[in-house]
Amino acid sequence: MTTPDIKPPGFERPHLLGIDGLTRHEIVDLLDRSEANVLIGRQAQKKGSSLRGRTQINLFFEASTRTQSSFELAGKRLGADVMNMSVAASSVKKGETLIDTAVTLNAMNPDVIVVRHHAAGAVALLAQKVGCSVVNAGDGAHEHPTQALLDALTIRRHKGRIERLTVAICGDILHSRVARSNILLLTALDARVRLVGPSTLIPSAFRDMGLEVTTSMREGLEDADIVMMLRLQRERMQGSLVPSVREYFRYYGLDPEKLAWARPDALVMHPGPMNRGVEIDPAVADGPQSLIREQVEMGVAVRMAVLDAVVNGRGNGGEAGR
Amino acid sequence: MSAPDTLPLAPLVIDRVRVVDPSRGIDADGAVIVAGGRIVAAGPEALNQGRPDGARVIDGAGCVVIPGLVDMRAFVGEPGFDHRETFASASRAAAAGGITTLVTMPDTDPVIDDPALVDFVLRRARDTAVVRIHPMAALTKGQAGQEMTEIGLLKEAGAVGFSSGRSTVTNAQVLRRTLTYARDFDALVCHLPEDPDLRGSGVMNAGDTAVRLGLSGIPAEAESVVLARDLRLARLSGGRYHASAVSTAEAVDLIAWAKDLGIHATAAVPITNLTLNEIDVGAYRTFFKTQPPLRSEDDRRALVEALARGVIDVVVSNHDPQDVETKRQPFAEAADGAIGVETLLSAGLRLVHSGDVPLSRLVDAMSTRPAALLGLEGGTLRPGAPADLALVDLDEPWVLSEADILSRSKNTPYEGARFSGRVCATFVGGRAVFER
Repeated sequence: MTTPDIKPPGFERPHLLGIDGLTRHEIVDLLDRSEANVLIGRQAQKKGSSLRGRTQINLFFEASTRTQSSFELAGKRLGADVMNMSVAASSVKKGETLIDTAVTLNAMNPDVIVVRHHAAGAVALLAQKVGCSVVNAGDGAHEHPTQALLDALTIRRHKGRIERLTVAICGDILHSRVARSNILLLTALDARVRLVGPSTLIPSAFRDMGLEVTTSMREGLEDADIVMMLRLQRERMQGSLVPSVREYFRYYGLDPEKLAWARPDALVMHPGPMNRGVEIDPAVADGPQSLIREQVEMGVAVRMAVLDAVVNGRGNGGEAGR
Repeated sequence: MSAPDTLPLAPLVIDRVRVVDPSRGIDADGAVIVAGGRIVAAGPEALNQGRPDGARVIDGAGCVVIPGLVDMRAFVGEPGFDHRETFASASRAAAAGGITTLVTMPDTDPVIDDPALVDFVLRRARDTAVVRIHPMAALTKGQAGQEMTEIGLLKEAGAVGFSSGRSTVTNAQVLRRTLTYARDFDALVCHLPEDPDLRGSGVMNAGDTAVRLGLSGIPAEAESVVLARDLRLARLSGGRYHASAVSTAEAVDLIAWAKDLGIHATAAVPITNLTLNEIDVGAYRTFFKTQPPLRSEDDRRALVEALARGVIDVVVSNHDPQDVETKRQPFAEAADGAIGVETLLSAGLRLVHSGDVPLSRLVDAMSTRPAALLGLEGGTLRPGAPADLALVDLDEPWVLSEADILSRSKNTPYEGARFSGRVCATFVGGRAVFER
């Protein structure tokens, strides 16, 4: 007699609203399912059929080129009909509320809505008002779960693991949903996460939560396996959070000299779009340790896995549920 | 740092002298030995190892040797207002007052808010000044109170602190973020607590005298409201906060409260607010118009007592040269400011002679404490420290006359004042920069 195979449950949710609350098994399940999509993306014939006949709406309240096109491509490779809601042309500009928009779109019977919104919590609110799956493509400074998944996939493919790696997340943590999702995911998978940046850009609560926080790049990068840079938005200068681009670059911009403080085999990541000369030196961004372009490729693979999981997963009753 | 030239220098011995060194708790008769621009020994046992060969020997009988004064708040007109004061004239006046380190305010034209300008100040000072000059950089760009300056780069360029100068950052969020950011660089944030709206059109302390003179008053709350806010922001941010110039009894209570809570806060009081009061304004004498204003006698007494207790850390000259054009005006229209580097110590000695403040505490507040706050080497007679010191006759009587003033501007509130105690000689890096 063989012992029954008690495999912990994988990802079976109707929505992906954040990394918060996911078990390590759910995360690993999504990463495993993404691996196959990487291969599909490298084939000449990329078109699949798991979402054939399904409708995907990309609802972006905030301008985004790469995330929106990545979700669009992911949906199309799975065979879905993808519609992009352009904010500029939508009734949101005419004063329609988020809920009105959700109800209107819901009446068109989509299967999944991919949402980006400038307000934290807006995507979860929308998910309560629609009958289909919802994927968070970034809500304010809260979460950007697919970014964290694609970062983890990229790391795992290069380092073979996530656990016990030292990951330095550097820069504007305060405004970054990418940082929050990454902190949650990486700590769930037992990586050692360090936050590096000026005190004006790191909420002190992270220190209270037990994360390593430092204002010194030298300290933060020492023995780091992964250096994850964040975008510094230029509006932050006016807010008097940092005094100038040149001072920021001097102390926090990742240049070859600072990168040398990390492990020799350290890899550099950035969620994009990059400000070369602000948070990252072009020599590093385009250098041999950079994974930045590969992150974009992994993005499509991860989003295919997520879209497939939320629409076809058991959380939605599967194919038969519809 | 601007060091005076360092040609080979004969060793120096000051013998039969009272040595006061608050950094080591020394107040005893002894000697000071200097060689190579640094202190070799200072105190009662200094001569145990013998005297260096070829030393210049000064008989210090009847005098006191103290570490050279470190004046944390001096306005110098260069660049932009050279007709009021240059580094050369300010430093000569400072040397005559026993000051060996002058910390200059960034309120020049242009405002010192860029690393290249810090570099300019240091070069000019190196070429023209006889005492050490350390600039403070502006706290906000253009002193406009909106955006913090490049604290990291400015500190690297040589700024020893960051000062709002004569202005106040009214936007609490800006000050909060600046304090937070400054903490990363262990930079000292020096802020003048004066609410410009509460000050309004005020030109002197609000009170009987102002009413009698028909002048609009500046309430004590113009200071305490801002200071109370600042101290809470210092607690929130964890940054190092220094009140550049306080003038009221209320401020003393607030600083004491903050220190009890362990907030990183310090405060300075101008020498004028310790030795003069609002009644001195007399018949609209504009040389007594200062920022902060001269306050009531009760305020003055509270400040003196707080200085003695150490609640007030530092005494500053608040040296602010103004010319005839800005001072020979109706009181309400005249500029604020009084010169003070030459009289800083002599005026301070009044508090020693009156028994209100021990000499060692006064020297601590004018030298040791400011050097420590600014992270400077001076302020001590410890062996190995730079030989920055002053030889002082504590009892010499003298009267200040305008003709003796070395400062390029003559706006002193002490003209004709009688003092007991005067600087005999001042040494910077072991070199005499002033001798009477």
